[in-house]
Amino acid sequence: MSDLANSTATISRESAITCRGVGKVWLPDTPRAYEALRGIDLDVKPGEFVVLLGPSGCGKSTLLFLIAGLESPTEGEIRSFEKPVTEPAPERALIFQQAALFPWLTVGQNVAFGLSLGGVPAAERKQAARDALQRVGLAEAATKRPTELSGGMRQRVAVARALAMRPKVLLMDEPFAALDVQTRAKMQDFLLDVWRDSTASVLFVTHHIDEAVALADRVVVFTARPGRIKTIVPITLPRPRDPFSPECAALRIALTDLLKAEVDAAFAEQEGL
Amino acid sequence: MSISTLETVGRRGATTRPRALGARIRPIIARIGWTLFSLGFFAGIWELAWALGWTNPRLVPPPHIFLGNILEQAQFFSPTLRWQVGVGVAEQPDPFMAVLTTVLATVGRVASGLALATALSITLGLAIRRFLFVERLFLPTISFLAPVSPIAWLPIAIFLFGIGNPPAIFMVFIALFFTMTLATIAEIDAVDRNLVNAARTMGATRAQIYWRVILPAVAPGLLVVLRMNMFAAWMVVLLAEATGVGSGLGQIIMLARNTFNPSLVFFTITLIGILGFTSDWLLRWLQRRFLFWAPRETGGRDV
Repeated sequence: MSDLANSTATISRESAITCRGVGKVWLPDTPRAYEALRGIDLDVKPGEFVVLLGPSGCGKSTLLFLIAGLESPTEGEIRSFEKPVTEPAPERALIFQQAALFPWLTVGQNVAFGLSLGGVPAAERKQAARDALQRVGLAEAATKRPTELSGGMRQRVAVARALAMRPKVLLMDEPFAALDVQTRAKMQDFLLDVWRDSTASVLFVTHHIDEAVALADRVVVFTARPGRIKTIVPITLPRPRDPFSPECAALRIALTDLLKAEVDAAFAEQEGL
Repeated sequence: MSISTLETVGRRGATTRPRALGARIRPIIARIGWTLFSLGFFAGIWELAWALGWTNPRLVPPPHIFLGNILEQAQFFSPTLRWQVGVGVAEQPDPFMAVLTTVLATVGRVASGLALATALSITLGLAIRRFLFVERLFLPTISFLAPVSPIAWLPIAIFLFGIGNPPAIFMVFIALFFTMTLATIAEIDAVDRNLVNAARTMGATRAQIYWRVILPAVAPGLLVVLRMNMFAAWMVVLLAEATGVGSGLGQIIMLARNTFNPSLVFFTITLIGILGFTSDWLLRWLQRRFLFWAPRETGGRDV
């Protein structure tokens, strides 16, 4: 965690992620062209926890993939710490809805996978994997197979795999959506702990208002497709937040109102298809 | 997910807590017992039909006749040696060795064809998905030839390779190669995109993605395809051997046919059955031991 602190201390004046006029059209110049995103302007500060909230299919996951560098925007520009994003980089770790662990590797090998790609010596990457698993509370699971773990544990391994790469930005694409409600609440607490210990920024996609209220420094509310930023709601409440407090309730109501029109629009479009 | 997970965990005794020896062996004994019972049951019906005089023992000899005198059957094996120039009649291998060399000749052909087809089809499948021009050059022809029965290739095998091992190996190769190439492509397409994406975000190069993600991800599915095509390989190797390779179990069957020897036919069928059964068991064991992550079709890759 000290590494992360050092790595971001020198660049704290910069913006971790900058999006300027970002748009994405899938299958451009074909009859099936599909505009997913339009005119996204967004800045994420180092160490900030930003939640992207929107109806299903509004392009918020697309934005995450663009920021990760897995896809290129058809319009606008994305920069990470002032460098243009052209390809994936270990400093921007992506975590998926399904943990996407390699089933043929042990948990420890999964966590060390990224380091082994870069030719880090075996002893060093074993140590790094152990440290990362320690941080997610799974130090004992290193020799297990992913299939032997529960869904929540697998997602924690995915976080450990990301942490082992010492990322400056954690991109999370509905990481807890496949988990049951109790596990999900636990995982949110766990994520906040991990985030507090690091100084990485988190960009977290969800369609759950409760999740946004529990986690975010700022909630970026998306419109229905093509996804645009409708508004950005800052949340200054201290964590851990009591979901039953009047402040949280008020936020939930405000966000529900903001989303309602967009969810209706998304529904209307799906029915029109 | 949960059921298949439990199953996978249970099967992998190594990393889970070891069960008592008795508990582990009991299902194995039960399975062997049922296999023997199944074989014995139908052999019993056959013997009964013979005992009651319903079948002609000269045409359909029951198991105790064609398995009863192995030495007599064995004298027909290993004709290559017998008819080789400069080898005297007295220099016959003993009957057991004769059967063994014949069986090994056939097994060797199946194994060579299998290894060749596996290596080349995986290489070509990966190349097709990696380079567009390879796809454009090869895929149409492969799709065109895949449905052709390997039996149709038999004359080609003999035209090209004459007699001996090469035509038989070629036949096994042909029986597997096209299907396995197409299966490789299908398996690559079915690889979870996010496994590839995860590797990419961690900085994997394209070569690393192929070697460290796609190859292990497709391996279990390909072994299933290999198992299913193994039987086809056993069929065509016999056919190739029966039509002029000069040795092997297929040649013995043909010899038995020409000399009107039903006992020899049934004896050879028994050998072939044992070999096919063993090779399938071997591949299943390989799968459990080395490729334990289940292919998608059977669930459990949802991690």
